Amino acid sequence: MYDKGKIIGGLAIFLCLASFPVWYMAASGKADYRPDPVLPASENRCVESAQYMREYHMQLVQQWRDQSVRQGNSLYISSDNRTFDINLTGTCLKCHPSKADFCDRCHNYTGTAPNCWDCHNVPPVNAPLQGTQ
Amino acid sequence: MIENILKGGKKYWLLISGLLLFMAAGLAAYLQQWDIGLAVTGLSRDISWGLYIANFTFFVGVAASAVMLVIPYYLHNTKEFRRILILGEFMAVAACLVAITFILVDLGQPARVFNIILYPSPGSIIFWDVVVLTVYLLLNIVMGWVALDAEYKEVAPPAWLKPLAIVSIVWAISIHTVTAFIYAGLAARLFWLTALLAPRFLASAFASGPALLILLALAMKKWGGFDPGNQALDSVAKIVAYAIIVTVFFLILEVFTVFYSQAPEAMAHFQYLLFGLDNHYNLVPWTWASILLACTAIVMLVIPSSRKNHGTLALACAAVFIAIWIDKGLGLVIPGFIPSPLGEISEYTPTLIEILITMGVWAMGGLVLTLLFKVVLGVRQGKQ
Amino acid sequence: MSNMNIDRRSFLKLTALGLLALAAKPALDLISKPSAARALNGPASDGRLVMAVNLNACKSADGCADCIAACHRVHNVPDIGNRKEDIKWLWDVSYDQAFPDQEDSLVAEPLQDRRVLVLCNHCDNPPCVKVCPTQATWKRDDGIVMMDYHRCIGCRYCMAACPYGSRSFNWRDPRPYIKTIENSYPTRTKGVVEKCNFCEERLAEGLQPACVEACSSGALTFGYLKPGTEVYKLISSQFNLRRKDGLGTRPQVYYLL
Repeated sequence: MYDKGKIIGGLAIFLCLASFPVWYMAASGKADYRPDPVLPASENRCVESAQYMREYHMQLVQQWRDQSVRQGNSLYISSDNRTFDINLTGTCLKCHPSKADFCDRCHNYTGTAPNCWDCHNVPPVNAPLQGTQ
Repeated sequence: MIENILKGGKKYWLLISGLLLFMAAGLAAYLQQWDIGLAVTGLSRDISWGLYIANFTFFVGVAASAVMLVIPYYLHNTKEFRRILILGEFMAVAACLVAITFILVDLGQPARVFNIILYPSPGSIIFWDVVVLTVYLLLNIVMGWVALDAEYKEVAPPAWLKPLAIVSIVWAISIHTVTAFIYAGLAARLFWLTALLAPRFLASAFASGPALLILLALAMKKWGGFDPGNQALDSVAKIVAYAIIVTVFFLILEVFTVFYSQAPEAMAHFQYLLFGLDNHYNLVPWTWASILLACTAIVMLVIPSSRKNHGTLALACAAVFIAIWIDKGLGLVIPGFIPSPLGEISEYTPTLIEILITMGVWAMGGLVLTLLFKVVLGVRQGKQ
Repeated sequence: MSNMNIDRRSFLKLTALGLLALAAKPALDLISKPSAARALNGPASDGRLVMAVNLNACKSADGCADCIAACHRVHNVPDIGNRKEDIKWLWDVSYDQAFPDQEDSLVAEPLQDRRVLVLCNHCDNPPCVKVCPTQATWKRDDGIVMMDYHRCIGCRYCMAACPYGSRSFNWRDPRPYIKTIENSYPTRTKGVVEKCNFCEERLAEGLQPACVEACSSGALTFGYLKPGTEVYKLISSQFNLRRKDGLGTRPQVYYLL
């Protein structure tokens, strides 16, 4: 091989740079980070199971959108026969009022920015009760 | 064939750089529009379509005009059009891309544009326009490239090219008719609610498109060493002459109908255009400039000596192109909205961002055109 | 390999059959209706909904704008502050502007200074619905012309098609221009068209439209156009006009004179 030294040297540098995310995360300990959304204190089950919601909440929300806006049917019957009002602000945010402490935890980690909240309202979260208030 | 776009002299690269510069400026302006919204334009609640849709309408016409070369060559075997035909087809490709891009920059939610495909709405003319324009774009790309490739390899083009050309003739008429239908089916806008709109569109397309083609062919002759042939140029110039005469005639028909009948709502739009309405005169100078340019061009094109002289021919074609851009662009879209459905009058002036985006889209079309024509030149010069 | 002899024709036939077989399920999925969501409270189709505006009772000429304020508050309609980007679902205009085809007629004196409330007419033959390329606007069974802000691409074809100028476009993000956001109804975002929706979200809860409820002069009446309803009695007993009814749109807002 001509210029063997330069080629192997160049390849080595390239591999280091290309794999930078992998070894840097491993070395800095940040790879252990898991997003920790704050779960609601009262309810212990969402509209569907947590696993289902984790995987399919986006599809569920789109189904809700078409059902309530285009078919005029705003009641959702979950897989365990509970009835919910289809309402992002009124139903979802009732148990998860703080977008920053819940939704954003995972969304920021994965780098997604759903634009639902451009239109759907996020009411400001009340300051936690203090003392005897 | 395509490697020809990388080989060029100083003037070629200067042209490419200039076009890229305008495209960059247009992109920068578009990012502003993407960020803030269409509030950066001069559009308003009353005049909700403006410069972008005006240009879209005009360039669909330019794209359709390729049919004026395809018909003589493929249907009537007019051999003199052989060398200029490819320029017409590639000009149609560039014009189609420009038209489609103008729609995209006009959308309020461009990321959702695929909703038109996901939720087809056969009742909506815009749906059909998307369909016919896309097919027409593909038709011309295929027809142009395959014919040029055959020429490059010095073989006859494949037999299926001719039936495809026949389809493209019908299709070209359809794209501009469908575009006219976008306007002509709206009972709300009496300025557009006329069966004559589609014929007006076609006539002005067959004037402005070939006029641009003549200008491009002359430019190719001067700077590219490409000779389209004086016979072909003269034939195309005659097409432009007839088409611009018909265009002006159709305008006279519209003016008569509206002013003789004195029907107030229909008349008001033409009054705004020609004479101004209630102290609003923005479009009046443009309208009369367009009429003057068109009439001057008619004279220059009808007289054989001035038609055959390439200098006056170029002037006449530029006059036709500009006159029809004004008439079919500004003079079609904006007066449709003035007066508003409630009889209110407001005016429209495009903003700098709007103009920069428009020029950026033109530059993109110019770039596509330049690259395609460079390939043609490369193939043809290889033969000479 | 002697048993690999297959001529081109047969090969093409087999390939075509194979592709057809593969396409069968997706094609079936496309044409089959999605399983209907259990319709527990879809809009009742009791006829079609109409609005009657009594021009004699309305006090907008005296400066009353209670209906407009209520509508715009309940639906988070922004106040952009300039006419160019104005967003309005319900507003008042002069008699000539509401009824331009009555132009030049000698208007009866009581009506000359009247301000007329204008809004989306929820036409029976809506041109805006016809032209929408994504079906972001459609007509419900009960007559309401609906908007789906998720689907709208902002092409503004519907605005060109509306003979009444009822539709507004969000030229920019409206949120900074909403004084107090009413959390029970979403705002809109830049790039979509909006208009009056006959308060379909309030109707679903058995309430009257916000404008009708807010009117203290009783000028607005709303309901199904069928014998027995108050709005039917009003419309069938009093002379009324509809805006531009010669265009074939069949508007459903009736102005009582």
